[in-house]
Amino acid sequence: MIRVTVNGVTYVREVEPRLLLVDFLRHDLGLTGTHVGCEQGVCGACTIILNGDSVRACLCFAVQTDGSEIETVESLGTVDNLNPLQKAFQEYHALQCGFCTPGMLMTGVDLLRKYPLATDAEIREGLSGNLCRCTGYEHVVRAIRSVVEAKSGS
Amino acid sequence: MKPPAFEYLAAETLEQAVAALADDEAKVLAGGQSLVPMLNFRLLAPSLLVDITRIPGLDLIEEDGDGGLRIGALTRHHVLETSALVRDRFPVLNAAMKHVAHLAIRNRGTIGGSLCHGDPAAELPGLVLLLNAQLKTTRRNIAAVDFFASALCTILADDEILTEIRLPALAPRTGWGFEEFARRSGDFALAAVGATVSLAGDNVAEARIAVIGAHETPLRMTSAEALLTDRSSIAAAAEAARDGVSPNDDLHGSADYRRHLVGILTRRALTAAWQRADAL
Repeated sequence: MIRVTVNGVTYVREVEPRLLLVDFLRHDLGLTGTHVGCEQGVCGACTIILNGDSVRACLCFAVQTDGSEIETVESLGTVDNLNPLQKAFQEYHALQCGFCTPGMLMTGVDLLRKYPLATDAEIREGLSGNLCRCTGYEHVVRAIRSVVEAKSGS
Repeated sequence: MKPPAFEYLAAETLEQAVAALADDEAKVLAGGQSLVPMLNFRLLAPSLLVDITRIPGLDLIEEDGDGGLRIGALTRHHVLETSALVRDRFPVLNAAMKHVAHLAIRNRGTIGGSLCHGDPAAELPGLVLLLNAQLKTTRRNIAAVDFFASALCTILADDEILTEIRLPALAPRTGWGFEEFARRSGDFALAAVGATVSLAGDNVAEARIAVIGAHETPLRMTSAEALLTDRSSIAAAAEAARDGVSPNDDLHGSADYRRHLVGILTRRALTAAWQRADAL
């Protein structure tokens, strides 16, 4: 039995030890915003925030997260009320097919919390663990840059 | 794929974890950033995973005497990356951490896990060799140079757990260099080299070179180190390092290319180390 708080809601569930966190979020909790890509920690599509840190939900078992706080892409905003990072992704056209976007957004959340992101090189370095086959990354970098600049008031 | 079925134990003490590992199909689970991909690929099928991350007291970074550090085996990579103690006492480790995978992996992966996984292309195994670390386990102390047996193999027994990494102080006037070449930021190194140079007057008191990604284990290049007498000997040492490794061919790079990289990276790392030592 595990007890986890996901996006502010507490869930108590019985889980098989081998259940990956990403499958727990999608199948058991119905939070399908988090995507399953490579299942080997390479693509970044399943990135979520666990106790304040971005992690790969495919490289973690649900059973390990007993007592944890989890944030997924559903915590950011809604279609009618996007959060600033989501708005920036829309404005800068930082997605095409959208498959990688939940992971890009949650990685962006952690990068914006942890690093000054003073240069585009820093943003690119920070995004290097998230694969996108559509955008060529340029627009994702611009979207995150715009949020950094809005935060610093420049 | 999805991992095969296994039992799970969240150990509360080291004694409990060691006892559970008596089951010879059991594996230790720490950060899981190498183990879980191997499970998802079904390269491993343990009967039991012993999660040691809830055992208290194994994730501390503490001063050890004048200039040394004791690092708990469960210290996560991002904590090492941002620790002021690490940056002040072992700046080469701080510099190398930036090359370790990506933030989401660094948030989860642990130094003990990386060492016990023993990937010869990973940074931390090479760094503990470079820094002459002592590795403390539930049974004994092991010098880093004795720890790595072959690719992905260490000398740890099945029911032995790495608990602490002790880094002895660097000599005064020690400069450092760390150079890595990878195809993409965060990828495993095609080759990387860490070096320290300790000066006494104008002479070299000690020089160390550790090579990553070009051999079945990380390697200290002692024969190359012995060639370093003054700054003009860097080129000869770099050539000796290049000739002293036996890398594999794979789709990421040929053995010749990796050897070439070892020579270039050794020269650059030693040059940087020398400049930093000179400035002290």
